[in-house]
Amino acid sequence: MDLILNRYRNLTALVAAILVQLVLLAYQVKSNQEVRLIRVWSVSAVTPLARLLENGRSSTVNFFKDYFVLLDVREQNKRLQADLNRTQLENQYLRSELDTSERGRALSVFQEQSRMKTVAARIIGNSPGSNGRVVLIDRGTASGIQPGMAVITPDGIVGKIVSSYPTASNLLLITDPSFAAGVISQKNRVHGTLKGTGNSSLMVDYVQNEQNVEVGEWFYTAGDDRIFPKGLPAGIVTAAGPGRTVKEIFLSPSGLQHGLEDVLVILEGDHRPIPELPVPNQPVHLQPLPPAEGDPADGQSATRGSSGAQTDLDREVERTRRIGEDQKHVFGERGRGAPDFNKVPDNRVPDPGARPQASQPPLP
Amino acid sequence: MSDIPAQFSEPPRRNSVSKFKWISIIGIPLAAILFQVYVPRFFTYLAYLEMPLLVTVYFSLMRRSPPAGVLIGMCIGLTQDSLSNHPLGMFGIVKTLVGYFAVSVSQRFEANSALLRLVLAFFFFFFHQFFYWVLARALLGEAISFEPIQTLVLGVLNAAVAVPLFHILDKLKVTE
Repeated sequence: MDLILNRYRNLTALVAAILVQLVLLAYQVKSNQEVRLIRVWSVSAVTPLARLLENGRSSTVNFFKDYFVLLDVREQNKRLQADLNRTQLENQYLRSELDTSERGRALSVFQEQSRMKTVAARIIGNSPGSNGRVVLIDRGTASGIQPGMAVITPDGIVGKIVSSYPTASNLLLITDPSFAAGVISQKNRVHGTLKGTGNSSLMVDYVQNEQNVEVGEWFYTAGDDRIFPKGLPAGIVTAAGPGRTVKEIFLSPSGLQHGLEDVLVILEGDHRPIPELPVPNQPVHLQPLPPAEGDPADGQSATRGSSGAQTDLDREVERTRRIGEDQKHVFGERGRGAPDFNKVPDNRVPDPGARPQASQPPLP
Repeated sequence: MSDIPAQFSEPPRRNSVSKFKWISIIGIPLAAILFQVYVPRFFTYLAYLEMPLLVTVYFSLMRRSPPAGVLIGMCIGLTQDSLSNHPLGMFGIVKTLVGYFAVSVSQRFEANSALLRLVLAFFFFFFHQFFYWVLARALLGEAISFEPIQTLVLGVLNAAVAVPLFHILDKLKVTE
C-alpha cells in the first residue's frame, strides 16, 4: 500500500485536492445561507488594496484636475451633480405624489410615508470571471448593508446585494442572467418578471401574448418581490412582440444609462405609486402667449385707432362716445334722449378688413 | 518491486527546478487576482485576460513538482472563487487540474522556449474555460453557453500576453 501511494503520490495529491474541493463545493451548494470565513478573509485582504489603489488614482487625478485645470468649476460641478441627483430623487417622489387627484391628500400621504433610508457606495471592482455581472462596492455590514438589499441610482434600479462583508459587498447587476425582479408597466399595468440577459438589455418574462405592451412604455418595480420598493423605474420598452408561449419584451435599463460609479443601497424601502402618465420631464415646446389686442406689436391693432381698447366692450364704449360727440350729445344729461346710434360718426373707426385709404395711390 | 530503475523513481531535470522568493510566490498571484478584479473596471476588454490562470501555468511549469502545481492551482483558484459570486471550489478545481497537467508537461519538455509557452498558454486557457463550463453545468446546473470560436480567439490573446509575461517573471527567479 505504501509503495502504491509512494509510486502514485502525485496522482494521489491531485485526487485528494480535488476531492476536498468537491466536498467543499457540495457543502456550499447544500447550504449557501451564511458567508464563509474564507470569503470574508479574502475580501478583507483584497478590498483594502483595491480601495488604496482607487484612492491613490482618484487623488492623483483630482489633484491635477483641481489645481491645474478647473479648480472651482470641478468642485462646483461635483456639488451641483450631488444636488441634481438628490433633486431628481425628490422630484420623482413628488411627481408621483402630485399625480394623485387631491393635492392635500398627496401631501398628507407624503408626510405619512417615510422616505427611503439609503447609503451611498462606490464601485471599487469587478468580480473575477467573464460570465457574471457582479461588482464590488466599498460598503459592507459595517454600514448596515445586508444581502438582499436593493441598489439604485437616481435614474432607476441597478441590482441587489448578494453577499456582504465587513468592508465591502457583492452587487449583482440587473443585467446578470440570474437576476429577477417583479415589474409592472406604467400604461397598461401589465405584470411581469424582469430578467437580465447577460448583455446591456433586459427582458420581461411571463407576460401573456394577449396583454398589451407598447414600445416606449415604462416599467416600474412592482414591489411584490420584497426586495425593490414599488414604483422605482426599471427601464423603457425598446422592443415588444408576440412569442411562442409568452410575449417577448426587451427593456433598456434606466439605472445604468449614465454609467455606474456611485450607487445607493436601500436600507429601508419606501413603496410609491406608479405614475399614471409617461414621465413628464420630456421636453415640450410651448408657443409664447398671444399678444393682447391693441398691443403695438400687433399690426392690425394700429388700424383700429382706439388707444387703450383692450376688449370688445372697450371698443363699443369708444364707438358710443364718438357717436355722442358727433351729435353733440352729453350722456347723462336729463331730457336729451338718446343719440341716433345708426348714424356713423365722421371719424369712424375703419373696418379692419377694408383697405386703408392712405395707402392708395392718388388719382390722376 | 524494489528493482525499479532509478531514472523512473525521480522526475527528470530535477536539477533545473526554478526557485522563487516567498514574496514572489505570494505576491505575484495576489497581484494577478487584483489585476483581474480592478483593471477591467477601467478597461472592460481586459476582463477576458485570465491573469491568475497564466500565473498558475507559469509557476507550475517552473516548479516541476506535481504537489506544488496542485497546491498553487488550488490556492489561486480558491482565492479567485472567494472573490466571485460562485461557490468555493469552481475555479479551485479547474486550476488544480491546470497546475497538475502543467507540471506533467514540464517534466517532459523544457518550457523555456517562447513557442512552447505560447502553445501551452493557449491550450491551458481553452482547457480552463471548457472544464469550467463542464463543471458549471454538471455540478451547479447553470445554463451557461460555451462559445468555442470566441474561446479560441481569447486563448490566442491570452497566449500572446503569456509569452512576455513569462519572460518578465523569469527575471524574478532566484539564481543560486
